[in-house]
Amino acid sequence: MRSSHVKFYQTGTFTVGNRLLNDSDRSVQSTMERTNSLNSGHRACQGCGEALGARYAIDAAMRATDNQLIAANATGCLEVFSTPYPETSWQIPWIHSLFGNAAAVATGIAVALRVKGRTGTRVVAQGGDGGTTDIGFGCLSGMFERNDDVLYICYDNEAYMNTGVQRSSATPPAARTATTQVVGPQPGNVFGQGKNVPRIAMAHEIPYVATATVADVRDLEAKVTKAMSIHGARYIHVLVPCPLGWGAAPHDTVKLARLATESGLFPVFEAEHGEVTDRSTIRRQVAVEEYLKPQRRFAHLFKPTLQSEVIARLQAQADRNIRRYNLLSGETHR
Amino acid sequence: MLKQIEGSRAVAEAVALCRPEVICAYPITPQTHIVENLGEMVKAGDIKGCEFVNVESEFAALSVAIGASATGARAYTATASQGLLFMAEAVYNASGLGLPIVMTIGNRAIGAPINIWNDQQDSMSMRDAGWIQLYAETNQEAVDLHIQAVPLAEELSVPVMVCVDGFILTHAYERVDIPTQAQVDAYVPPYEPRQILDPAEPVTIGAMVGPEAFTEVRYLAHYRQMQALGLIPELADAFAEQFGRHSGGLVRGYRQDDADTLVVALGSVNGTVKDVIDQLRERDVAIGSVSVISFRPFPAKRLRAMLEHASRVIVVEKSLAVGIGGIVSTDVRMALAGTGIPVHTVIAGLGGRAITQDALRDYLLRAHRDAVERVTFLDLRHDVIHREIERLETQRRSGPVAENILRELGSVADRIG
Ligand SMILES: Cc1ncc(C[n+]2csc(CCOP(=O)(O)OP(=O)(O)O)c2C)c(N)n1
Ligand code: SF4
Ligand SMILES: [Mg+2]
Repeated sequence: MRSSHVKFYQTGTFTVGNRLLNDSDRSVQSTMERTNSLNSGHRACQGCGEALGARYAIDAAMRATDNQLIAANATGCLEVFSTPYPETSWQIPWIHSLFGNAAAVATGIAVALRVKGRTGTRVVAQGGDGGTTDIGFGCLSGMFERNDDVLYICYDNEAYMNTGVQRSSATPPAARTATTQVVGPQPGNVFGQGKNVPRIAMAHEIPYVATATVADVRDLEAKVTKAMSIHGARYIHVLVPCPLGWGAAPHDTVKLARLATESGLFPVFEAEHGEVTDRSTIRRQVAVEEYLKPQRRFAHLFKPTLQSEVIARLQAQADRNIRRYNLLSGETHR
Repeated sequence: MLKQIEGSRAVAEAVALCRPEVICAYPITPQTHIVENLGEMVKAGDIKGCEFVNVESEFAALSVAIGASATGARAYTATASQGLLFMAEAVYNASGLGLPIVMTIGNRAIGAPINIWNDQQDSMSMRDAGWIQLYAETNQEAVDLHIQAVPLAEELSVPVMVCVDGFILTHAYERVDIPTQAQVDAYVPPYEPRQILDPAEPVTIGAMVGPEAFTEVRYLAHYRQMQALGLIPELADAFAEQFGRHSGGLVRGYRQDDADTLVVALGSVNGTVKDVIDQLRERDVAIGSVSVISFRPFPAKRLRAMLEHASRVIVVEKSLAVGIGGIVSTDVRMALAGTGIPVHTVIAGLGGRAITQDALRDYLLRAHRDAVERVTFLDLRHDVIHREIERLETQRRSGPVAENILRELGSVADRIG
């Protein structure tokens, strides 16, 4: 589902030089015109997946809108590390109001732009998983249901990172957080029934829903670009590993995002008007252990004793995603 | 034009005349008729260049207004009671960001026990949220205050709540003079935002502010409200000139010049207060009143100047600071600090209990003789509370208080007769 038909693995690596691509296929980040919407100098941790995702997503949205973009941000790491008063990393008009209202503030912006006749300017709302799937969920669903002209981007690092790594409804089962401690008979987060916000977004039958990860930022750029070509409510859910919260090495951010996809734990797909239209297939499924092992939040699954049953349940979730989205069957259909 | 209309309709027409651009609302009694009317006007195309957004909560209503206002649109919403509490976080946020949103409060009690009737506990709970708060005495004043609120908010970049007593005003049909569009256009200039989200000049709004500057940002919020103490009377004077009637301002006195006893009240109860004052004046009781129109900013100096010749001050309050007594009284005492004038509180009209002339007259006569306590609950049913207090003291599992009292009182129908 990339914007280019070049098979990146032909080069034997996952990083392909832009020189192999046509000009039109090159990444936004490779162009001199990139806007650096989220400029350097912010306070994100080393290897922050959220900073990486936001940079690619917003620059792509800027290119897609000819730089006529306004952003509304929920409270959370992205907001805090980008705007320590009196400095700001944002090179675009940007507003932060509250933790749970980014979608509604964005609606207000979109409506105001329409009544003011500033129809060339578009709106993005962004927030973390907590600001999206928990406290901001009501406003998000309202924005979807009204089909307001807003692209909402959720940067999912699977916990409340800004307040010190507490559980959110996007925290995976068994993961250790500050509120799902590694104690008692079931250490880490419980196995709930889950809260799959991309699918809930699809249930609103909005024009466009997609998932993405920072392992494939070209795919993220393409999805943001596509989203900006559509009017109405749109939702992109981006997996953004957090070295601090996950207990991972900063240089493993991209690797972990890739393993999340390749294990099947985080399916990458697109949907339009409630129907899945495309997905990123996996060449070779990796075992969930490969994804879990480098992260200290899952360390209790391996030491002092191997928790095979718990790992098997996580593997079953991955396998279910692979079946549900048909992730192993060769070529993507486009 | 003179019209015999419902208060809510009058408020809606006033708001429409102010050329709002984004209206968003979530229904709650007794605010509903206001936004239903506005929604219909927008849908019918009677308010040009305006959109109405039906949102999923009050929190979203004010959040949409925040986004719209920051994008340079004139934004309006309305709520009451539980709705105001549900949006509380955004209420502080709108003023903290300095966004000149105008919001009508159809004043209503706060539960539990759930109660849809009028008192002023809701807006009182937000008195320190950084919004200017204006209280309307009549439906005419409700109309006029909305028209004044828009330039007031926009000139200072501060949001304004116009508080209109639920049912008593919102649902009352009265004669109201609705001005013409030309009159309002001459009075309300187009919105010139101080800050705007615009790609041509990108700004960051809502940055994280630490101890190094937070006090200064907060001080400036206070400073702007102190400026409002000057601007509110100016706007009222300009209004009188433009529309030919006096409305608004900070405070309004009634037969207060030679009064020994002065009553202070907010909103529609001033009508009853004035009637009672007229009756007592006929009996040679030297009594008058001061209606506080602007509760935030609090016009302490003006109030002191009007009250300091009295021997006692009575504050009629439609809200209760549980554990201390009066909310407005505390501010009135501060205004009178050092004068030694006693300030008495009478809590009245909670949850829609009628404030009758008889009850108020009896109380004020006693107050005039200094025969009242610091805090009095008007028309409190002592028999009922004593029985419940006894139950609380004798039974561990005494059950829910409100339900016990209701059971004891029997059905309302039994008592009509
Ligand atoms: C109403 C409210 N409740 C709680 C908070 C505290 N809070 C601020 S950010 C945050 C966590 C943010 O988590 P998430 O949305 O996942 O973003 P992240 O920091 O992980 O990127 C919390 C709990 C708040 N600011 N407002
Ligand atoms: S805690 Fe995580 S999400 Fe927050 S700045 Fe650090 S790496 Fe990024
Ligand atoms: Mg998070």
